[in-house]
Amino acid sequence: MRDVLAYIDEWTAEGEEVALATVVAASGSTPRPVGAKLVVTRSGRMQGSVSGGCVEGAVFETAMDVLDSGEARLVSFGISDEMGWEVGLSCGGQIEVFVEPIVRAN
Amino acid sequence: MKLSIYSTLRSAIEAEQPAVTARVVAGPDIGDELLLVYPDALSGGFRDAEAQRSALQLMQPMLRDGGTRLVEIGERRVFLEAHLPAAHLVVIGAVHIAIPLVTIAKALDYRTTVIDARGQFATGERFPHVDTLIEAWPDEGLAQVNLHPGVAAVVLAHDPKFEDPAMAVLLASDVGYIGAIGSRATSAERRSRLLEAGFTEAQLARIHGPIGLNIGAKTPGEIAVAIMAQIIAVRRGATAPTGAPQPRA
Repeated sequence: MRDVLAYIDEWTAEGEEVALATVVAASGSTPRPVGAKLVVTRSGRMQGSVSGGCVEGAVFETAMDVLDSGEARLVSFGISDEMGWEVGLSCGGQIEVFVEPIVRAN
Repeated sequence: MKLSIYSTLRSAIEAEQPAVTARVVAGPDIGDELLLVYPDALSGGFRDAEAQRSALQLMQPMLRDGGTRLVEIGERRVFLEAHLPAAHLVVIGAVHIAIPLVTIAKALDYRTTVIDARGQFATGERFPHVDTLIEAWPDEGLAQVNLHPGVAAVVLAHDPKFEDPAMAVLLASDVGYIGAIGSRATSAERRSRLLEAGFTEAQLARIHGPIGLNIGAKTPGEIAVAIMAQIIAVRRGATAPTGAPQPRA
């Protein structure tokens, strides 16, 4: 959480719509641990990481849906070896990512 | 996450207060969230009161133990996540042993603070790795430190006039570890002084003294290892960490 605080602060202060993605479960060989976080804005800014690059694109798409609907969602990914972008990326596991909007109103 | 909950969590992290969040990530009431900030400040809420009670029971120990958990509460899947400040070693007495102790603690990613009223001892030259040097009497110095459960306090000031005021502050706090240097005889004397001062047996049981695991330490560096090993054992809940070598089969 600590690594994304400054971005959430800055972006919400600027009036951006912000979504927070958190790895809540991981099995097999996954590049980022449970608790790892990615924050994205409607305008396409992105900080942090939930998979070291494997599924960030798909999580971003989910985040846009979540910002549209205002409803949090849990999404699962199987990370295949082919999706690893670089030699040595430790892919091959499964992760579940909780994607939620940072909601202004009560 | 509601911005109000986020702001409260952010303040807790900034203030180095332990906090635990619980979020319903699947099942009914998805998006419900709870925030528990040490010691017992609660924000947010689950729509289902019973689910909230179950979550809170699981959250309480995480204020001390840390970690993450994904649990099932009824039909809900709930993600529990601790947000703990860095473990913090607080040394009272900038004596010789304190130097390797701080160095080892830094290697283990502890924050480190050294408190000593004598400015010529508490210097950056003697403690190149320390995060905070406080030149003050022990009780005054400790008043400047957030004494949360992730704090390990090591009292290396032999003198009762330094040691006793420090113990009074530490025993009234929730620090996770209290250790005090001294022989068995010195430890026994400290014990009777503190009993006389009105502390109970149960309170005094928190003090590790003589300090450190029994690894036969002789040099300041070895004693520092013995102390740090005991701090780790207590923090990780190791059972019977006597450190006594097992007889060879």
